[in-house]
Amino acid sequence: MTLLQVRDLDVSIRGTPILAGVGFDLAEGAVLGLVGESGSGKSMTALALIGLLPEGAKVTGRADFAGRDLLAQSEAALCGLRGREIGMIFQEPMTALNPLQTIGEQVAETLVVHGAAGRAEARGIAAERLARVGLPQDRFPLSLYPHELSGGQRQRVCIAMAVALRPKLLIADEPTTALDVTTQAQILDLLTGLVAEERMAMLLITHDLAVVSGTADHVAVMQAGRIVEAGATEAVFRTRAHDYTRRLFAASAYRPDRRPAPPGGAAPPLLEVRGAVREYRLPRPAPFAPHPALRAVDGVSFALGPGESLGLVGESGCGKSTLTRAILGLDPLQGGEIRLAGQPVRPGMDPDLRTRVQVVFQDPYGSFDPRWRVDRLVAEPFHLTGRPDDWRDRVGAALEEVGLSPGDGTKFIHEFSGGQRQRIAIARALIIRPDLIVLDEAVSALDVRVRAQVLDLLARLQDSHRLAYLFISHDLSVVRAVTDRVLVMQAGRIVEDGAAEAVLTAPRHAYTQQLVAATPKIPEDWI
Amino acid sequence: MRIGFGLGVALSLAAVAAALLSFLWTPADPTALAIAQRLQPPSPAHWAGTDHFGRDIASMLMVGARTSLAVALLAVGIGMAVGVPLGLLAAARRGGLIDEAVMRMNDLIFAFPSLVIAILITAVFGPSAVNAILAIGIFNIPVFARVTRGGALSLWTLDYIRAARVAGKGAARISLEHILPNIANLLIVQGTIQFSLGILAEAGLSYVGLGAQPPTPSWGRMLAEAQTMVTLAPHVAIFPGLAIVATVLGLNLLGDGLRDALDPRLRRAR
Repeated sequence: MTLLQVRDLDVSIRGTPILAGVGFDLAEGAVLGLVGESGSGKSMTALALIGLLPEGAKVTGRADFAGRDLLAQSEAALCGLRGREIGMIFQEPMTALNPLQTIGEQVAETLVVHGAAGRAEARGIAAERLARVGLPQDRFPLSLYPHELSGGQRQRVCIAMAVALRPKLLIADEPTTALDVTTQAQILDLLTGLVAEERMAMLLITHDLAVVSGTADHVAVMQAGRIVEAGATEAVFRTRAHDYTRRLFAASAYRPDRRPAPPGGAAPPLLEVRGAVREYRLPRPAPFAPHPALRAVDGVSFALGPGESLGLVGESGCGKSTLTRAILGLDPLQGGEIRLAGQPVRPGMDPDLRTRVQVVFQDPYGSFDPRWRVDRLVAEPFHLTGRPDDWRDRVGAALEEVGLSPGDGTKFIHEFSGGQRQRIAIARALIIRPDLIVLDEAVSALDVRVRAQVLDLLARLQDSHRLAYLFISHDLSVVRAVTDRVLVMQAGRIVEDGAAEAVLTAPRHAYTQQLVAATPKIPEDWI
Repeated sequence: MRIGFGLGVALSLAAVAAALLSFLWTPADPTALAIAQRLQPPSPAHWAGTDHFGRDIASMLMVGARTSLAVALLAVGIGMAVGVPLGLLAAARRGGLIDEAVMRMNDLIFAFPSLVIAILITAVFGPSAVNAILAIGIFNIPVFARVTRGGALSLWTLDYIRAARVAGKGAARISLEHILPNIANLLIVQGTIQFSLGILAEAGLSYVGLGAQPPTPSWGRMLAEAQTMVTLAPHVAIFPGLAIVATVLGLNLLGDGLRDALDPRLRRAR
């Protein structure tokens, strides 16, 4: 039976059209995946359904939900529906919970607000729902606060809140995007289990085709505010009738053309890490007690040859960012050593040595001073070498090399999109011709098609400048596409080291096996 | 918002213009006594009336603006000149001994009620405008140090600061090139707030007789002298009161408007 029937949904915000003629059906107990790139209108569709569009939005069309048109409901009626009939889960578990309330109070609140239970009774139901989402009372009592839980556990609390009243429809907006792959697999399992058990319908919004392929029965592909293709997941993924779907597929499995690195052989390594140890002092457990230490990097050793691409894979908290900062000479080591071209790397090292390594960070928004013009930003590394007289031409050339125009130098960074900003970050890293570029999750925040372009650019630049890359990522498929060799890091240690293809197809270490198994994949025979 | 900014600019400019004009011209001599003319209501000859000595209130207000603005401006200058570098230093050495020392010194200054210390300073060194500036300025230091450190700390964790470090820049250069411009809007807003608080503080010190000394006119002392005859001749108290309110309000509106105008992100959104 159809639970939700959306027809001709149009949304505009202050005259700008956001959604045009969106329509789909969602049956009881079914999962509909809504996929598309950022800005395609996926989240706006969900917000329109639950009446939470930003101010100034105009909505037309119909959305029949269990006999009522959601778009015609008053705010008071919608308040009764939200939480009771329609549950919601958002992307960011770190901010979706109130840090000052215990998890028990927050889950019970949903019940109390809707008058479904009294205070005492609500706590009992909250305990039961938390146990259902994998937070049993003996280990996760109701009195815990959100900061005492990990990201995945917090997302479980959010799910418990969303399903506390056994809603008919669950809207999950990128529920696993902020989580590690192993946690993502567990949360997706939990969600599909809940849907099957309680005959809920789920609208799963995601940018990740692989997540949809493993979770949703039906899929709708969105582009620029329209649904361009919809149908049973397997059929849509196999036939890819629409051109945009084909492009999305091609981009998500994209592997740039690249020549394998020249055999290192006798060449001395460019970067050599030997027994690196980095500890953080934790707060004292009691007054006058010694500070306990956290070993974020625990005896890491590896070497990277000139012109080589090396991947470093691990989940959040494994120490890869700490190691990155040490390699960049930003933080000191407590043990071991890092050598770049034979010279020791440490804070305050010689500027000449610093010119040999540059970096591209993950966040295209936080990587640039918003008050500087792009030409000044790109020229910043010239601080190491002294600014040459022709620096403007060099900046223009670097911008051209990454696919922008030299005239872009006079603009400010907010005038560029995320993908363009990553290109500018690459131009900044290239400007002083380093030997090694550390790419710290450099493509993780980008949409698949933009990511494919940036990967292409990186491959081309590596070829023309004989660059070495240290490619740090949590995403196995990207690492595999652009590196020759992969290191897998867990809890501060390198647990596996080998050729990218071998490590990711036939992992030897238990942790790598777990990672590979948890990575969502589109079934081989669909492609 | 635009109306508020316009009003802020107008009121602040009016106060500054009155102060500057008073160097060249005032409607009457602000110190000339004319007992026969005392407590006259506003008239074409005396726009704001006269006080109990028959002095022209409009002229006194103009010269008083000079005192108020100069004291507050210099006090903010002292606070910024000392507080901002301390805050930048504390943020650059966050968690270290210098940070700890700077912030605990700030706590020490904060721990004493400002007016009590101002009274102590003026009592020891004698009441004068210069001592009022010093007293108010010292209390601005921890305010600016804290605002600077707070703003700078959140910036130090950003990737563009890391990129600057990878480009070999040291803490001092990063503080000047990246941190300071990006917290300038915070400082401007705080600066206008402290400026208006400085005007209030100067009026307060003058009111208790510890600010600028007679015969230099001062808004605070005009209020103090007017209070005994507020039922008899309300205009003597109303005009200095209005001058203080208008200037403080104008400066606050100006600060808000400047913050919006200086931020390139907000500028684009408009």
